[in-house]
Order: sequence, then structure tokens, then C-alpha cells
Amino acid sequence: MKKRLPAAAAILVTATALVACSPGEQGGGSTAASGNGASNCTNTIPKKNLPVVTMWGWYPNMQLVVDNFNKQNGEVQVCWTNVGQGSDEYDKFQTAISAGTGAPDVIMIEMDRIPTFQIQKSLVDIKKYGFDRVKADYGDGAWKDVSVGDAVYGVPVDGGPMAMIYRKDLFEKYDITPPKTWAEYEQAAQKMKDAGGPQFGDFAANVSALTMALQIQKGAVPFTYDPAQPSSIGIKLNDQASKDVLDYWAGLVKKGLVGTQDQFTPEYISGVINGKYATYISAAWAPGYLTGAGVGKGEDTGKFAVAPLPQWDPANPVQVNWGGSAFSVTSQAKNPELAAKAAYGLYADKESLTQGWTNQIIFPLNLKALNDPAFVDLKVAFFDGQQANKEVYVPAANAYKGVTYSPFGQYYFDAMTKQVTALHEGSVTGAQAADRLQEDVANYAKEQGFTAQ
Amino acid sequence: MTLLIENSAPRTQEKTPRIRGKVRLREHLMGWLFVGPFGIVFLALLIAPLAYALYLSLFQKKLIGGTSFVFLDNYAKAFTDPSFLSGSWFVIRFSLVSIPLQIIVALAMALILDGVTSLFTRFSRLMIFLPYAIPTVIGAVMWGFLYSKSFGPLTDIFGMFGATPPDFLSGNLIFYGLVNVVTWQWAGYYMIILYAALQGIDPALYEAARMDGAGKWQIALRIKIPLIVPALLLILVFSLIGTLQFFNEPQILRFLAAGTISSDFTPNMYAYQQAFALANFNYGSAISFALGGIVFVGVYAFLFITRKRRSFL
Repeated sequence: MKKRLPAAAAILVTATALVACSPGEQGGGSTAASGNGASNCTNTIPKKNLPVVTMWGWYPNMQLVVDNFNKQNGEVQVCWTNVGQGSDEYDKFQTAISAGTGAPDVIMIEMDRIPTFQIQKSLVDIKKYGFDRVKADYGDGAWKDVSVGDAVYGVPVDGGPMAMIYRKDLFEKYDITPPKTWAEYEQAAQKMKDAGGPQFGDFAANVSALTMALQIQKGAVPFTYDPAQPSSIGIKLNDQASKDVLDYWAGLVKKGLVGTQDQFTPEYISGVINGKYATYISAAWAPGYLTGAGVGKGEDTGKFAVAPLPQWDPANPVQVNWGGSAFSVTSQAKNPELAAKAAYGLYADKESLTQGWTNQIIFPLNLKALNDPAFVDLKVAFFDGQQANKEVYVPAANAYKGVTYSPFGQYYFDAMTKQVTALHEGSVTGAQAADRLQEDVANYAKEQGFTAQ
Repeated sequence: MTLLIENSAPRTQEKTPRIRGKVRLREHLMGWLFVGPFGIVFLALLIAPLAYALYLSLFQKKLIGGTSFVFLDNYAKAFTDPSFLSGSWFVIRFSLVSIPLQIIVALAMALILDGVTSLFTRFSRLMIFLPYAIPTVIGAVMWGFLYSKSFGPLTDIFGMFGATPPDFLSGNLIFYGLVNVVTWQWAGYYMIILYAALQGIDPALYEAARMDGAGKWQIALRIKIPLIVPALLLILVFSLIGTLQFFNEPQILRFLAAGTISSDFTPNMYAYQQAFALANFNYGSAISFALGGIVFVGVYAFLFITRKRRSFL
């Protein structure tokens, strides 16, 4: 018995070594598959003999969009996965970039993130892959938002023209007409509070992109960047307009007129459902998001309406954007041309677009939809039949001029979250918060090798 | 296998030094074979990643200018970085409050369960241990909802007395909110360790104490607790290491309160943020090692102070 031990041990060791090795190999294999292969698709690929392009995206109707594309396309098939919304997806993409493997061929990203990934050379300029064929399908502003200099790093899909969504029932109850200026917004909020009404809105720390848009509306130009001189960036986060906007909202918070609840949380959505907030300053995609989250259903049906975004100077109205996304081709794509074909074609067919805007999932940037009378005249169910596109969103989208985003969007937004939190706690004024943000982001830019101006 | 047996059969007869050397060699080999499975896993999954992280932490990658060797600059930066310092200060404060609390709760429950013998003992033991069996992520999500102003029971309970409930996800109270979650999760586990140690005490000691006139309190304070000091010290070390590396609970609750729980809330979260959101693996690694340093110093100091009283490590 004793003498058998060596042999038994040898077998044991071999077996253990095999076991010890195989998870690593399997792990590596499956990572590669989810990145560049096609084994982990959420959708089923109908035409199995065609080459496959992988993609990440989180539109609520993505499954349908991908199915439509695959059905209609005879050249390439799309293998789609939803790896999370917004930051979740960006973190994964960022990790895949650092690892040099694991990224999809096509990725849905918000336009404000394009410079962040472009500067790391992780996106492909798709201008040479059939740009001319689709150029006329989108407006100049849309192309500007997905371009860095002359290079095009994404196909615009949806925009985020901003407006003020409000609760008709609450406005009627407290006899309030939709405010046209921010001064009126504050008066209305005060009026509602004095009458014992709910909070008028919400100023959250976790929606930096929204805060940035509101600052831009007052005239702030946070970043200036010339791709011809990639190491030089202009950062101006503490100009008077930025300070004013922070002070304005901090004032509303201090007076108890608006809440400070983080958005995109169950807590906030339940507040919206229960009529805790009379207005929701948000973008054109919000109705779709709210509907998906269960708002405006049952007895709440038709309680919401939308009005143009309040202005600082009604004589010179400024329209801004929040969010809006595009399909980009990543530099890890094995066949960029094929990937570009998928990026250009996805969500560009009539069926998908119509499904998207009918359900308010996207505010389309594709002119085929944007100029479609059916879209413009649509009586939106969420807004109780209001012609929201014609009255509010289309004019806002047409007046939007585009913005230059920073190549370190994630850091800037995190830093903004910190300052808005401090603002909520009352430990700083809006002006101080803006100064600290400027210092913080400028330091980071310097650390990253930029010359800040 | 048969071959091996036949080959090794003559071994007992031939005793020349050469053969003996071979035998020794084979025995050495056997030793390594036995250590092998563990060694491979240890090297591949612990030492190699650590070495790689250490290597990474000596470089700096910039968006403009690329990667360069900076030696210890990242560490110098970490120890002057307000985000890292405030995060470290937070976990140290958190340890000072939450660890004694957890141990007191665990000790009290262990003593009660050890002292009382009834049908309920076994059931209670299971119930108290149960939170540990719930994954920390699920536990954090659950508490997130319990703390919620809209969904949680706090609003109803406080509403009965006409009071506004405390918001444990707000800046002022998040500390206590997290202390509560951690205590809930870990006290049961520590209780089991202490309970096991209590069960190991020879009952004859209690009998002797009772004959000398000791009451229940005296037995608990003078006999039970001193005898389980090694177990107490063990859980102290466990909880110190765990708490300094605080990550799961705040990272999950961040989805409900991103304003309150910033991305640099604890050093581990900050390292995660640097590496996976800002693509700064180099600085993220440096922060991890700096945190490792703090944990090492803390635990070493603790072990040094208690070196005479412990029987482990």
C-alpha cells in the first residue's frame, strides 16, 4: 500500500495541475469569445454563413434594432450584448482598451465620451468607410458632435435636446403656468412650496452631464480643444456663468425648493411616480426612460407634459443637449470596414427608427426620421397626446449648436459630483465649488501631460 | 503503477550510498509534488499578480506623452493625495468604531449562547450566523432598500411618532449606516468563532469556580473571556484587515447615493476607480500597494503589542 503512494501522488499532481491550468485557459478563451468572437450574443444570428461583427449597446429596443439589421443585411451580421448602461459600459470598454483585447467591434457611446476614447486611439475614423453615402442623413450639428477635427468617430443615433417635463396635475392644482425663465422657475417653486406643495425639481450630484449642460446654457464654454494641437487644452470651469448656475441651484436647495436626490435610482423614480417632484429638467430620451421605469402608468397616465427649457435671457434663448449617443468602431475591430458598415446601418432603417421614436426611446438624429411628418406631428402618449416633438423637442434640437467635450470626461464628471455634494452640504458656495473644480480638473490635465490654458 | 512497485521493490535490500541518494532525491521530489498543487496556484494567482502590480506601480501613463518609468513617484503622490489620505482616514475611523462594536456584539451573543442551554440555542445560533451566509453584495442591496425613504420601513416606523426618519444614505449618517451593515453581516461569523472557542473550555473549570463561590458573571468575566483571548485576537486581526480593505458595501450603496459615497470613499474604491474608470492602472496599483502597506503596518503593530497573549500566527 505504502509503495503505491508515489504513483498515486503523481497522478494526483498531474490531475491537479491540469485542473489548475484549465480554468485559466478557459477563462482566456471565453474572454476572447465575448470580445471578438460571436458565441455570447444576446440575439440569434439568422444568417450564419456571413461574417459577424460584435457590438455593445443599451438602447431598450436594441434587440429589435439588431434583428432588423441582421434581417435586412446581406453582408454582415451583428452579435449584440448589453454590458451595462453608461459608466458600466465605459468602465468595461476602458479595461478592454488597457488590456488590448476584449472590446467589441462596434460600441454605443454617448457623444460626450468620444474625445475620451479618441485620445487613447481606441476609436477608428470611419470617414473612409462609406461616410459619403450617409452624410446627407444627418445634420451638421450631429456630425460635429461625433467628430474630432476632420475625423469622424461615430455615427449619430439619438440626440438629447433638453426641455422641462412637468406634472400637469400639480401645475393645475397649485395654479402654476410653465415658467419660461429660470427666475420664473424659482418663483413658481416658491409658490408651490408656500402652498404646501411638493418639491419643484431635483438638483442631483450624480448627473454632472446635466449640470454641465445647464452651465453651457448660461454661456459657459468648459473646454476648448484643437485636435491639431492635442497636448493643449483650454479649461474654463469657473467662469461667471458656471458659478451663477451652481449658485442658482444651491440657492434652490437651500430654500428647500428642490431636492438633492441622486437620479437614476429607485428612490428618485419612486419620487417621480408619487408626484414628489413637479418638474424634471431632462432630455428628449427621458420619457422613454421614465416609461421603462414604470412612470406614467395606471392612474398616472397622461399626467405629464413638456415645455421648453427655461431660459436665462428669453430674448436670446439657448438650447442645450444632455446625452445623445452614437455607434463607434473600436480600434480592436478585426475588420474596421465591416464594423463601420454595421455602425452606419444599425438603427438607420425605417422600421427601427419608427419603433424608437414611437416609443420615445430615442430622439432620432437621422433626418429621414427627424423630417418625417409622422414623427414631427406625433401625439405623444406619455404627454397625454401633446405634440411634444413639434412644440418642444424639434425646435430645441434645431437650435442646438454643439459642444466641445473634454478628453477626460470621466474625471471631470466625478470631480463635479464631488463639488455638487459639497454644495449640498453647504460647505461651499457655488462660486467656490466652481473654483475648486477648475483647480482639480486643471491639475489632472497637467498630470496627464496637457498644457492647460 | 505495477512498474513502479516492481522498481521500488529492491530498494530495501540495496543500501549503497548512491541508491540512498536517489531515494532521498525521490523523497525530495515527492515533497515538491505534494507542495506543487498549492505552489502553482499560489504563484500563479497570488505572487505573479502581486509582482505585476508592483511592476505597474513604478510606471506612469499619461494621456499625452505615454508611459514612463517614475520609480516611487506614484507612492509619493499617493501619500500626498487628499483622496487617498481622506479615504484611509475614513477606514481607520471606521475600524475604530465598527470593530469594537462587532466584537462586543459577537462576544455577548457567544457568551449567552454558551451559558444558556435550551431548544432555542441551536436555532438562535443559526439565525445569528445567517447574515454571514448572505453575500455582502446582496446584504448591501437589502440595507440600501431598508434605508430608503420611499421603500424602507423607517419612514413608517418614525411616521407613527410623527417624526422624520434619519437618512442613513446622507452625508452625515452614512458612516453609521455602514457600521450597521457591517456589524449585521459579520457579528454572527465572529460569534461562531468565539462560541467554538468557548465550547473548547474544560467544563471542570466552571465546576471548580462554582465550588469556590463564583457566580455566572464572574465565570464569564474571569474564566471564559480570558480563556478565549486568542480567539478574540484572531477575529480582531480578521476584522482589521477586512475593514481597512472596505469595498463591497460602499461600492454597492454608491448606486443609491453617488453623491454621498464618492469614488474615492475608501482607498480600495479609489484604486478601483483609478484603474478601471480612469484607465490609470499604474496609479491604481500604487494605491493598492500603499493600502497594503497601511494594512501591514496596522496588523504588525497589533500583533507586536499582543505577542504574549496569542497562540496563533
